[in-house]
Amino acid sequence: MFNRSTKKEKEKDKEKDGLVATHSPLAYPHRLNFYEEAPGHNITLEQFEMWAIDRLRVLAEIEAARVRNVPDGIKNIVNAQCEKYLMLHPNSDAASVELDTERRKDHVSHFVLRLAFCRSEELRQKFVKAETDLFKVRFLGEGTKDRAAFLASKSFGPSGQPISDDDKRLLKNQLMAATSSIKTDTDFESETFYRVHWTKVTDLVASRRVFIRGGYAYVPSASQSSIVLQAFQSRLTAALEMTARALPSLDEDDRLLPIINHFSQGFLAGIAGEHHGGGENSYGETVTKDMIDDMAKKHFPMCMRNIHNALRRDRQMKHQGRLQYTLFLKVLGLPIEEAILFWRESYANDQKTQDKFNKEYKYNIRHSYGLEGKRANYPARDCRSIITGNPPGANESHGCPFRHFSTSNLQSALSALYGVPSLSQDMSDILNAVEAKQYHVACTRVFELTHDNQGMAEGESVSHPNRYAARSRELEREKLARIQDKTKALTLTESDGAPSEDVSMLAGV
Amino acid sequence: MPSVEPQMTLAYYRRLFPWKSLYHWLNHQIPPTRLWTHREFAFTLQGDAYLRWNSFKDADDLKREVCRLNPSRFEVGAIYSGRPRDKKTIRPNLFVPNLRELVFDIDMDEYNEVRTCCSGKQVCKRCWGFIASAVDVLDQVLREQFGYTHILWVYSGRRGIHCWVSDQAALALSNESRWALVEYLELVRGGAQSEKRVHTRYKNGLGAMHPMLSEALSTLQGGFSDLVLEDQDCFRSTEGWNKLLRLLPQDDDIIATLREKWEEQDSIGEPSSSIDKWEDMRREIKKISKDSTRKKFLSIAVEEIVLQYTYPRIDSNVSKTRNHLLKSPFCLHPSTGNVCVPVDPARIHEFDPTNVPNIEQLLRELDQLIKEDGTEHHSDWERTSLAPYVRLMDQHVAGLMKEVRTANRAAALKGTDF
Repeated sequence: MFNRSTKKEKEKDKEKDGLVATHSPLAYPHRLNFYEEAPGHNITLEQFEMWAIDRLRVLAEIEAARVRNVPDGIKNIVNAQCEKYLMLHPNSDAASVELDTERRKDHVSHFVLRLAFCRSEELRQKFVKAETDLFKVRFLGEGTKDRAAFLASKSFGPSGQPISDDDKRLLKNQLMAATSSIKTDTDFESETFYRVHWTKVTDLVASRRVFIRGGYAYVPSASQSSIVLQAFQSRLTAALEMTARALPSLDEDDRLLPIINHFSQGFLAGIAGEHHGGGENSYGETVTKDMIDDMAKKHFPMCMRNIHNALRRDRQMKHQGRLQYTLFLKVLGLPIEEAILFWRESYANDQKTQDKFNKEYKYNIRHSYGLEGKRANYPARDCRSIITGNPPGANESHGCPFRHFSTSNLQSALSALYGVPSLSQDMSDILNAVEAKQYHVACTRVFELTHDNQGMAEGESVSHPNRYAARSRELEREKLARIQDKTKALTLTESDGAPSEDVSMLAGV
Repeated sequence: MPSVEPQMTLAYYRRLFPWKSLYHWLNHQIPPTRLWTHREFAFTLQGDAYLRWNSFKDADDLKREVCRLNPSRFEVGAIYSGRPRDKKTIRPNLFVPNLRELVFDIDMDEYNEVRTCCSGKQVCKRCWGFIASAVDVLDQVLREQFGYTHILWVYSGRRGIHCWVSDQAALALSNESRWALVEYLELVRGGAQSEKRVHTRYKNGLGAMHPMLSEALSTLQGGFSDLVLEDQDCFRSTEGWNKLLRLLPQDDDIIATLREKWEEQDSIGEPSSSIDKWEDMRREIKKISKDSTRKKFLSIAVEEIVLQYTYPRIDSNVSKTRNHLLKSPFCLHPSTGNVCVPVDPARIHEFDPTNVPNIEQLLRELDQLIKEDGTEHHSDWERTSLAPYVRLMDQHVAGLMKEVRTANRAAALKGTDF
């Protein structure tokens, strides 16, 4: 056993003293961690992998919760997941738990995943988002005393100046209107506002929860955590970019690289630690352009049918819609030659459009197939990116109908395209799911309704339009096979085929 | 068929385009800095081929290349960590955009669902009112709330307007901050398939509106009746007033009352004007007792209708990332031949998109000059109708250069201290 667990030193040989705080007997005096110093202790390869997988599980759940868009859901999910995989007890539990051990695991696993996620912009963004969410839940859940001690240890510097009482009185109306947490005059009296540059609190700015004047945001003390979270986020982003730059020159050893690659691939596919190989089109069957109209009716999820119908109706399509649909068709199994023919025929047949097609769109299609530009193998967009990506503007048809249609339009589209009766229980189920922002649940329900109540495999919900289509085709194939079996059983009463395989296997032994 | 012939663009680049103004505007000072040398330019050639990753030593270098390639238009991009022309020799992860003006693009396309006077690619003085209102709001927000001062508005040549913010702080904004700023501004959301596209209250409750929105509302309210009710007459048609009713709280009785009245008018073929309909609606709302929740929700809905019709609709993708390219000021619009001229935001409502310097007209003016002088000069813009626009640009640039000069001087003084 011991000879397998090779000792491995971490990338940076920082000595432990960086971590030991003088006033505490603990190596990690705080439960919260800004992850500014790389861990400097020896760990085994198994720990390296296991700890990282545990953390990945937590992050993957956070990602999934983000897609489902459950209000307050992230907090509960993080707490439940952390309890299982990444528990951190508060300082008050010091007597019963080995705080340092679990905090070290938290620390090390974070840095292992940094190595895995620093290598592309997409991975970095996902990692930073998930880690910030994790930190946010932990930070907000931390006891007041521990939190204050943590912040004191971080020397944030003055995060803005409190504004004077005169200013406060002068701006009272605006400040109250901008801060939804303040409802009464007494609330307002007891609140302190800090003046900080607006770029320091971008999340408050983005959600219009702060008053801005002359480039400065007036942040109520209740929202100060936003400053801390933003600091966490921007430091992590910067650190990941540094790691990305340093990684190629680090002379990485080949024991770690495969593990690290595995982590990031699994996360991109949406499931922690589970490796997703090639595309969905594993049937070895190519799709031709003439099959698409028919397949759209039978197998496409609503987002793709909406695009398809818009394309047939308008004989044109905006860039985002083209991109979403081209990639979907690619993964569905439409070869590049067919794709170009398909799009060319879909467009209006006048000279001007066709010229534009040859000059511009054709390039885009070939680009999507990895034949132009940087020749990347682009995956088809999953529900998460369709739902959270750029919402469709006027005249655009991409996006997720459950997310981007008004209720009445969604209702009529559901009846028209999928035959869901307008005043049925099913319709109200679907609309309720939409109301609760559970777009994937609504989409799954539509799938079940149109497939004899058979769902996606293993109680999953729809997470990718191509998986929707693949599952739909799979069910159709099964159905056909059943019918064929029945007819076969009727014609061939007894099979004369000898169990040749068994025999040959026995012979082999 | 392009209405602008290649020899016309070439004559324009050679003799009229204000290269110096463009250079000073992008470079902020006289000797070339990284703001110029590391800046990306992209050309759209006459055959519609697109050349990215060009960069130049100085203004003459750019002019020479533009005259050689004679592109139908060219775009200005970000300032990168290396010279864009050397992109292929720099490691990809070391070649990143560092600085970029904060830019906005407002296009008439986004207003197609609310304008009634023109459709498609057309634009007239009347529907320009939508763009003008948008500029009013955006210019005010950028100046007062974000504290920017060096803001240039440029007509896009056909049916839109571009905004360039050149303050040092704006140049340095991260993608993250740009994204946040756009989110802060964006209000009209949802695509063609959604009806109610504006929500101003926290959790759609009865709380107060964010001060930015209430300021925008008071800016827009005055023009709303002129633009939407009188000029565009948005609610006269059956389709138009149905849309209006769909924007009111759907469970309110007022809808049935109004529908009945307006349907009757339609049935006898005498639809009332938008002003009358708006008044009908106001009157109905007035009848409701003052402090009721019902009245509050209706008043909020009315505010949101004003915003849905007139609040700025920006193309957010242009503003969110540093590496996005935008057509250079003073380019020609390839199909209209209009010059993309700077516009004074204080006089935006007087601006007439059908009456801007046009290449054909400018070349006629030049021919006239040659007849008078007997010779050909370069930079002849001063004696054409382009002149007031170039002067407007130079004024803008002077403010920018002055600030940089002061900052440089302060830095130099500090430098001598140690």
